[in-house]
Amino acid sequence: MKSFNSYIGRPMERVEDLRMVRGRGTYVADVNRPNQLYAVILRSSVAHGIIRSIDSSEALALPGVHRVLTAKDFGTKVPVIPLRLQPLPQLESFHQPVLADKKVRYVGEPVAVVIADSAAIAEDALERIALDIEPLPAIASRSQAEAKRAVLFEEHGSNVAITWSAFRGNADEAFKMADYVRRETFKVQRHAAMFMEPRGFVAEWDEVAGKLTVWGAAKTAWHNRRTLAAQLGLALETVDLIEVDVGGGFGSRGEFYPEDYLIPAAARIVGRPVKWTEDRREHIMSANHARDIECDVEFAVSRDGRFIGLRGQIWADIGAYIRTNGSVGPRNVAQFMSGPYCIEHIDLKSSMLTTNKTPCGTYRGPGRYETDFIRERMIDLVAQDLKIDRVELRRRNLVADAQMPYPLASITPYDSSTELDSGDYHAVFDRCLREFGWDERSKLRGQLIDGYYHGLAIGSFIEGGAAGPKEEARLVLETDGALSVYIGSSSVGQGLETIMAQIAADAMEMSYDKITIRHGSTSYVKDGYGAYHSRSTVMGGSAILLAAEKLKDLIRKTAAARLGCTAEQIVIDGEQAGFGGEHLAFAGLSDEPLEVEAEFFNKKYTWAYGTQAAHVAVDPGTGHVKVVDFISVEDVGRMINPLTLHGQAIGSIVQGLGGAFLEHLVYDDEGQLLTGSFADYLMPTASDFPNIRSITVELKPCPNNPLGAKGAGEGGLIPVGGVMANAVADALSHLNVQPMELPLSPPRIWQLVERAEAARSAT
Amino acid sequence: MKPPIFEYASPSTVAEAVALLASRDGSAKVISGGQSLMPMLAFRLAAPELLVDLKHLKNLDAISIGEDGVRLGAKVRWCDIESDARLAVSHPLLAEAIRHVAHYQIRNRGTVGGSLAHADPSAEMPGVAMTCEARMTIVGSAGSRIEAAADFFTGPLQTSLQPDEILTEVHLPPWPAARRWAFLEFARRKGDFAMAGVALHYDLDGTGRIVDAHVGVIGVADRPIRLAAVETMLNANRLDDKLIAAASAKARESVDPPSDIHAPGAYRAALVATLLARGLKKSAA
Ligand SMILES: Cc1cc2nc3c(=O)[nH]c(=O)nc-3n(C[C@H](O)[C@H](O)[C@H](O)COP(=O)(O)OP(=O)(O)OC[C@H]3O[C@@H](n4cnc5c(N)ncnc54)[C@H](O)[C@@H]3O)c2cc1C
Repeated sequence: MKSFNSYIGRPMERVEDLRMVRGRGTYVADVNRPNQLYAVILRSSVAHGIIRSIDSSEALALPGVHRVLTAKDFGTKVPVIPLRLQPLPQLESFHQPVLADKKVRYVGEPVAVVIADSAAIAEDALERIALDIEPLPAIASRSQAEAKRAVLFEEHGSNVAITWSAFRGNADEAFKMADYVRRETFKVQRHAAMFMEPRGFVAEWDEVAGKLTVWGAAKTAWHNRRTLAAQLGLALETVDLIEVDVGGGFGSRGEFYPEDYLIPAAARIVGRPVKWTEDRREHIMSANHARDIECDVEFAVSRDGRFIGLRGQIWADIGAYIRTNGSVGPRNVAQFMSGPYCIEHIDLKSSMLTTNKTPCGTYRGPGRYETDFIRERMIDLVAQDLKIDRVELRRRNLVADAQMPYPLASITPYDSSTELDSGDYHAVFDRCLREFGWDERSKLRGQLIDGYYHGLAIGSFIEGGAAGPKEEARLVLETDGALSVYIGSSSVGQGLETIMAQIAADAMEMSYDKITIRHGSTSYVKDGYGAYHSRSTVMGGSAILLAAEKLKDLIRKTAAARLGCTAEQIVIDGEQAGFGGEHLAFAGLSDEPLEVEAEFFNKKYTWAYGTQAAHVAVDPGTGHVKVVDFISVEDVGRMINPLTLHGQAIGSIVQGLGGAFLEHLVYDDEGQLLTGSFADYLMPTASDFPNIRSITVELKPCPNNPLGAKGAGEGGLIPVGGVMANAVADALSHLNVQPMELPLSPPRIWQLVERAEAARSAT
Repeated sequence: MKPPIFEYASPSTVAEAVALLASRDGSAKVISGGQSLMPMLAFRLAAPELLVDLKHLKNLDAISIGEDGVRLGAKVRWCDIESDARLAVSHPLLAEAIRHVAHYQIRNRGTVGGSLAHADPSAEMPGVAMTCEARMTIVGSAGSRIEAAADFFTGPLQTSLQPDEILTEVHLPPWPAARRWAFLEFARRKGDFAMAGVALHYDLDGTGRIVDAHVGVIGVADRPIRLAAVETMLNANRLDDKLIAAASAKARESVDPPSDIHAPGAYRAALVATLLARGLKKSAA
C-alpha cells in the first residue's frame, strides 16, 4: 500500500523556535569577524539645509578612531539608491544618495561614517565632528509642501513628485447619475515598522580573493546584491550577501538603505571587517516610515445602497526621497480603495509629496491599511445617511462569487491591472458575524456600562499576495537520503523554514525530519526575489513543487538505470524507488547527490480576503478605548500551517491596533522628529490587546498556482484602523462622534466628545 | 547609544559618597537604580565625569513603620514597597500609587530616592510626597538637613538638592486608620508615565464633614502640585455629587498644563477633573 504524506495543513511547530528560545539564534549583532572595526553614522540634525563644511580633525585625533568617511571618500559622484519597484525614469531625481553630499533633506540623513575600535569610541568621535549646515526652510506638512515654502529638489521645481491615477469605468458620469454622494476627508498618521531587532551589517572585504561578504541581508538579498555590486563596480559573483536570523521585518528591513552601501564600502576602504549595529533612536529616524496620507474622497451610491462610483484625491507625504519601494503605499491606496466591494467607476489620484522627513517605504499592508480605513469609514457614514444597516449595506456590495475574476481599478503610470481571483466573500462575512455573535452583542451598542460606552463594527478586506515574476528552488537529494532545499525566498521571522519543509516533505513524500531548508545566501540559488507582498509561501512553495517533480523524475531515471527498467516503471514510495519486488532506498541511491533546479513564474496576484468584527468600550472621560473582542476570519485558499498562520494573523492585528491607537511619528513645523524613542513612540505591549481571535478558512483555493495557496502574511492588520474607528463611532453614536483621523488616541477621542457635546448644547 | 566615558566609584559610607560628590565641582552624579539616569547617559543628555553608586551604602533600604509615620530609605525599591504587606494599612495611598510605577524589570531596580531626586513631574512618588507633605532627609558636605516636599521640588526635573547632597530618607506623616483616600491616574499603556494623576486624602469629623483635605496632582505642571482651591472647597463640607462636581470643575480651572506631543494642555486639565471626580467617589465608597 502506498503511504500518504500530509504535512500541509498540520499545525507543525516551528522548527526555528527551539533554536531561538534556547538563545542559539544568530542575529547580525552576534556575527563578529577577526580584526573587526565598528562604524557609527553621523546623521543630520537639521531637516533641510546646505552642507557648508565638515571638519573631522578633532574626531580623528581621538585615540581609537580610524577614519571619518564623508561624501568625497566615495568618488566624484556619490552613488544613489535605485528603485526596486516602479522604477520610473521621472523619479530618478528623487533617488537618495547614500551619503548627503551638498544638501541634507531630513533629520537622520547620513552625513559621515566614523570607523573606530569600538562603537563607544565612534560615538565619542561623532560629537567632535564639526558639521556646518546652513538651514533652509523645512517642509513638514502637506500645506507647507503645496505652498512651496521650500522645494526639496530644485531641478524638479515642485514638491509633488508624481501623481498616480487609478481608474475604472467613467467616474464622472457615475457621479452625475448618482442618487446620493458623500464626500469626506481623512488622515492617517505617519508610523512605521518597529521590528524588535534593529538593522545591522558586518562587512568583510577579502583583498586577495577580491571578494566581499556582507552579513545582515534580509528580504530582497538578490536585488540588493545587484545594486551593491553595481555601485561598487564589482562582479556579481564576488559579492555574497548572507542572511542571518532576524527579529522581524514587516516590509521595512532588508530594503536597500544607505547603510547597505556605506558599511561594505567602508570595509573595503579600511581593509578590515566593519560592523554596524543600528540603535533604536537611529532606527526610528532612518528606517522607512509609512502610511502618512491625507485624502479627500467621494462615494456615489444608488438609492438602494449600491456603490456606483469612487472619486478623490490622495496626498501621500513620502518624506525626503523616494527609496526602493517608496511608491508602493501611495499607489496601493488608490488602486485598492474599492477593496472587496463592487465599484464599477473609479477615478482616484494619489500624489506623492516630498517633505523634509524620513523617506517612506512599505510597512505590512502598505497602502491597504490606509485605504481600508478610508473605505470602511465611508461605508459606515453612507449607511448612516441612507439609513441602511451597515451589515446589510456591505452585503449588498461585496463582490459575489459569480463575478470572479473581478477587475480592480487599473493604475498608471507604470501601468498595471489586476483582478480578484476567487472567493466567497459573503460566506466569510457571514461566518464572521456568526463567530462574533453580532446579533446578540448588538444589544450592547451605545450602552453605558461601568463608565464605558460600547460599540461594534465590521469590515471586510482583500489582501494581495504573491508578486511575481518568479522564485527559484534547488533540491538536492544527498547521498544519505536527506533532502536539502535551497530557496530564493527569505526568512524574516515568518516561519519560512517550517512551511517550506512541510511543502517539500509532501511533494517528495518524505519524512519532514529529513529535510533542511537553506535560504541564507545569495550563492545558494542563481536568483531570488525575496519576502515581500505576502509572496514567500506561494512563490517559493510553488517553485519547490515544480522542483520536486523534476527530482522525482531524476530519481526514477537513476533507479531505473540500476534496476534495469524504464523510468516510467519506477514507483516512488516511502523514500524508496522500486520496481517489481526490488526497492532502492533514497539513501545510497546514487554515489553523487541528485540535484535539480526549478523556477516558478507567476504574474497573477493571489487575493486572500476576510472580514473582521470588533467590540469596543470607550471611556468618554479619558478617551480610552478598550478592545473587548476582536475577530478576524480570512480565507487563504490553502493553509499550509495553521499555527504559523495564526501567529502571523494575531501579530498583524496587534500591529494594526498599534496604528489605530498608539503609534505616531510626530514632527514639528521645522521637520524635527519629536518621537525619537520608545518612551514617546508607543508600541502595543502584551497587556494592551488581550482579546483577539483569528479564524482561517479554505473555501476557494487560488486558481493561479499549484499549491492553491494565497499570500496571507500581511492580512490581519489591513482593515483594523477602519474597524476600530467605526466601532468608536458606534459606541459614541449618541453624540454623533465621527473620527476621520488616526490614531484614535485618548486626547483625540476626548476632543471629539467635547466638540460633540458642545455642538449638542449649542443646538 | 553608548554612554560617554565616566569614572565610577561605589563608596561604602554616606560621608565618603558626599566627599566624592563634593570633589568634582558639580560634575559628579549619584547613581541609584539607574533606571532614569542610564537612559539619559545613553542618549548623552547627561555626561557626568564621575558616577557615585549608592549600592554599598548601608541602612538606606529599610521601610520603617512607627507611630510617627512611614520612613522609606532612599534605596527602597518599588518592588520592596509592593511586597510590604504592612503598607496596605500603614499607608494605602503610597501602596496604591506605587502599583502604577513602570514595569516589572524597572520596579526591581528603581528607587524612592532616585525618583524623588529625578523629580519627573508625572512620577507617582513625588506626587505622593507632595500630597502627604513628606519630609526629606538630605546629607551634604555641610551636614544634614530636612526639607519639606513643597520646598524640595523646584521645577521640571529640578530639586533643591545641591551637587554634593544625597537624599537618604523620606518621611511620610502618620496615617489614621479611618482616613479616606484615593489614587487614580491615566496612562496610555500599563506602566507608562501618567498623562495625569490625582492623589487625595481627607479625614471626617464627628458630623461627617471633610477636614484636612489634601489634593495633589501629577503630570499637569512642571512639578507635582497641590490644588489648594479644591482643598478649601472640600474642607468643612459633606461629600456629595454636587460637591464632587464643583470640586472637579474647580480642579479643571486650577491647572494650566502645557501642551506636548502626547496631549493638548486642555486634555490634561479635563483629565484631572475626571480623575478627581472619580477619586472622590471612590474615596467615599
Ligand atoms: C520604561 C520606564 C518606565 C518608567 N515609568 C515610570 C513611571 O510610570 N512612574 C515613575 O515614577 N517612574 C517611572 N520610571 C522611572 C523609574 O521609576 C526610575 O527608577 C526612577 O525615576 C529613578 O530611580 P532610580 O533609582 O532608577 O534612579 P537613578 O536613575 O539611579 O537616578 C535618577 C536621578 O536621581 C539621582 N539620585 C538617585 N538617587 C539619589 C539619592 N539618593 N540622592 C540624590 N540623588 C539621587 C541621580 O543622580 C539621577 O540624577 C520609568 C522608567 C523607565 C525606564
